[in-house]
Amino acid sequence: MDVVVLSRIQFALTSGFHYLYPPLSIGLGLMLCVFEGIYLKTKNPLFKDITKFWTKIFALTFALGVATGLVQLFGFGTNWARYSRFVGDVFGSALGAEGVFAFFLEAGFLGLMLFGWEKVSAKIHYVSTICVAAGAHFSAVWIVVANSWMQTPAGYKITGEGLQSKAVVTDFWAMIFNPSSLDRLCHVILGCWLAGIFLILSVTAYYYLKNRHMAFARPTMKISLWAAVIVLVLQLISADVTARGVAFNQPSKLAAMEGIYQTKKAAPLTLVGWVDTENQTVKGIKIPALLSFLIYRDFETPVTGFDQIPVDERPPIQVVFQAYHIMIAMWGLMALVTLIALILWKKKKLAKSKWALWWLIISVIFPQIANQTGWMTAEVGRQPWIVYGLLRTEHGVSPTINATQVGMSITMFIIIYVLLFFLFLFLLDRKIKHGPVEEVEHELIYRDIFDGKKKKRAKAIKGGK
Amino acid sequence: MSEFTLSFLWYLVIGVCVIFYVALDGFDLGVGIMHFFTKKDEERRIFLNAIGPVWDGNEVWLVIVGGALFAGFPDVYATLFSGFYNLCMILLAALIFRAVAIEFRSKRRTKRWRFTWDAIFSIASLIIAFGIGLAIGNLMDGIPLNENKDFVGTFQIFFRPYPILIGLFTVSLLMMHGSIYLAMKTEGRLHDRLRVWAKRCIYVFIGFFVVTTICTWVMTPNMVERFKTESWYLLVPIAALLIILNVPRMFVRNKDGWAFLSSCFCIALLFCVFGIGTFPNLVRSSLDPEQNSLTFINTASSALTLKVLLIIVAIGVPLVLAYGTMIYRIFRGKVKIGSTSY
Repeated sequence: MDVVVLSRIQFALTSGFHYLYPPLSIGLGLMLCVFEGIYLKTKNPLFKDITKFWTKIFALTFALGVATGLVQLFGFGTNWARYSRFVGDVFGSALGAEGVFAFFLEAGFLGLMLFGWEKVSAKIHYVSTICVAAGAHFSAVWIVVANSWMQTPAGYKITGEGLQSKAVVTDFWAMIFNPSSLDRLCHVILGCWLAGIFLILSVTAYYYLKNRHMAFARPTMKISLWAAVIVLVLQLISADVTARGVAFNQPSKLAAMEGIYQTKKAAPLTLVGWVDTENQTVKGIKIPALLSFLIYRDFETPVTGFDQIPVDERPPIQVVFQAYHIMIAMWGLMALVTLIALILWKKKKLAKSKWALWWLIISVIFPQIANQTGWMTAEVGRQPWIVYGLLRTEHGVSPTINATQVGMSITMFIIIYVLLFFLFLFLLDRKIKHGPVEEVEHELIYRDIFDGKKKKRAKAIKGGK
Repeated sequence: MSEFTLSFLWYLVIGVCVIFYVALDGFDLGVGIMHFFTKKDEERRIFLNAIGPVWDGNEVWLVIVGGALFAGFPDVYATLFSGFYNLCMILLAALIFRAVAIEFRSKRRTKRWRFTWDAIFSIASLIIAFGIGLAIGNLMDGIPLNENKDFVGTFQIFFRPYPILIGLFTVSLLMMHGSIYLAMKTEGRLHDRLRVWAKRCIYVFIGFFVVTTICTWVMTPNMVERFKTESWYLLVPIAALLIILNVPRMFVRNKDGWAFLSSCFCIALLFCVFGIGTFPNLVRSSLDPEQNSLTFINTASSALTLKVLLIIVAIGVPLVLAYGTMIYRIFRGKVKIGSTSY
């Protein structure tokens, strides 16, 4: 295999693996702010325990996020030197902002959040938790802005010729708020929140199943289920906006996502299907004219197909089509699980419905798969461009490296990452089995935060051994 | 501001970031190298907790240096990282394993588990310290760059005697730095033992300093040219020498904090010497130093990008320094092992 293919494999591998962790940090960060906020408001020590428990899980995901994130920073320069020269001027300001505003905020306050419980007042501690969560969110902001510029370049001019050519910023704000930045940012952040929320749901469901730490699990389940409902609805809206943006800005990507070869009126929406690349058709379950309606809010308007796009500018249709459809299916699964769990919880039957709890436990992987396939759709759908319409992927690779070197580094990353992944699962498992450390007995009254009434909980079961 | 001024300012920003990285992450790398100097688990935990709340933040400076290069001097970033491909991969592996080792060591109590992670933590720290020194040594001596700003050489070429010497020099510097930091953060019998180790580290470092100075004078004429032509620049290495001698002076008087501060300034001044020697080059080409070298002038981003970057830094860095100082203040004093410790 040549250097370009190998470098692409390496980048896909390292960024895919990296992207298991930041969504968890971002999602958990949000929920930590919620839990600790409730603690501050109600002064109920139960919520301090909840916060403390998830802080530890957060630390684990953060450590892995930083370690694998370093690879990302190196990865542009090592394998994509030509690309780095091309985009350096544009990426520069976004990356600079990411470093200064996001990483420092996150890493700086993490120590205080983890080790500062006894050193600072509750309010200062809450500020540090907010700073950590904000840092996690900021880092998503800048990297998504930079990536969006690669999808929909704006606010730049090209200088130089051939190998010396590069993009130079002419309008900073037009570059930051390029046509796809905001849509994609919302979409990504919501995806991250789902990753965090479903991790919490999964762990809580496990405690339900084992009937352990119930005092801890009950309020967590309630808050997380409602959070899931809200975020899933928001994600549906965001998905609609994002997909329409793609239709306008990157028609070749949309054609691949929906599997459209011929441009025609009243384009159907394929729910599930298989792309027959030989005969250039898609076989599967279709709803007539729905795609036209979803994009243009009109059943008649034609949707651009592959026939309007030059052959050498078409992305690999099968991969993009399937990745995109898997992502949507994952949303459906998450919505279904949440709905069932919510109904059962309302009827107070959740603790007894083993099958539903098992579904909740498994559901932790749904948002992860959705995030991975979502990025696959975005990045593979942009091919053959590394910067849409400006620089082709094969022209972005480092001229100085050879296939052997990249082959060796891929092997190294696979070994390290497999090891890391199993260690992560092992430690996560231990933390979950160990459960929250309850410092106080929770036989007390706590305010029900949603209906605002004071309820007396019969006798909160003390968890653990 | 002219483009020259802007790129010079960004050059200074990167210089400051590198100094912050080496002065801050330097001591926790040093602590890592010192990790096997003690056998007791309790003492190793004290070592780890001495750097526990801050190492993450310290490492971020490395991310900043990488990001700042990518942003301000994309050509330097592209050339260095693709040219130093294998070295980068080894450093990455070491950085990942080190980070993971710190997090994972305390999760289980078995001897084997802890020993494995201790070994990984210590060896990775050593590799990173040596690797940074090796890279700096190569930048001082020059690497083969062609007219397209691309590296044309092999991996073996990095391991020349002079860069290796700089690598060892860096290891000794960071060991001194780390051991003084540990002495500052410990008490009791461990503290007394650390003082003995720290003293040895200081003398070893001074030995390396003398050797390195002589070798630089003899082996890399390009580094000493400016000091010869404009001799008032010699004040900087002289100041460096004085501050180095101040380290043992403060240390024997039991002023650990001042010794550590001197050690920090020593790192800063050594980088100033490096900067003066290599100015205006960022990467020196050994094939054609005049034409092919990457300088802060011929690799700089556009004036607009540099302006935006400088504004970000002007807003962000005071904040970073303010809360950085706050966190160091909160965790100041001797290490105490508590329920949330490593």
